[in-house]
Amino acid sequence: MLDVAINAVYFMLSLALLFAFIRLTRGPSLADRVVALELIASVVVGYVGVHAIDTGVSSFLDVAIVIALTAFLAAIGFARFLERGGLKNE
Amino acid sequence: MSEIFVSILLLAGASFMVLAAIGIVRLPDLPTRMHASTKAGALGAMLIMAAVALHFADSAVVARAVAFIVFILLTAPIAAHVIGRAGYFTGIVLWGGTTKDELRERYDPDNHKLYSGLEERAARSTVPGVHDGSNQ
Repeated sequence: MLDVAINAVYFMLSLALLFAFIRLTRGPSLADRVVALELIASVVVGYVGVHAIDTGVSSFLDVAIVIALTAFLAAIGFARFLERGGLKNE
Repeated sequence: MSEIFVSILLLAGASFMVLAAIGIVRLPDLPTRMHASTKAGALGAMLIMAAVALHFADSAVVARAVAFIVFILLTAPIAAHVIGRAGYFTGIVLWGGTTKDELRERYDPDNHKLYSGLEERAARSTVPGVHDGSNQ
């Protein structure tokens, strides 16, 4: 039961990662790419959580917390860069 | 029994992640994409972390998972707001079907100041003859 669910979740998260990569490469402005990067970070956090359940190693949760923290800081940094006269379009 | 709950939580979280990813590909402009990705993506990550807490059922793991959920709950709206604000200020093109943009005439793109509309009325009531709210 749980093995089937874990495999299905791996597949769905890979699909989500693929869609986010499409937006990351196509996104017309830099802000779209930042949004896609943040979604990629949360999908990777989901991967880490599922992998922790899959392997039974609970220490992976620390990795998830660090990924979420760095993604948040990266989003703030990108937003400040955009707002304080960075690249305007593209 | 708990395996079933863990599976349901995992599948729900992954479904929200896929919905967020579909939204980020299909939706037409930056605010709607950001709306899809931050809300559904954060909810997906929180559900998966709840599944982790339920699966291990250990006090240290549950504490870390709850801390992670609280962290996501705090930072996801802040990140969404900051990115949307930066995107609006850099002049992204809104979707053609957008009917309301109340920020357009209230916002000064030179000094990044947002007027509420009350400055003008206050200036007019105290100093007659002043019609623009730019002097605060």
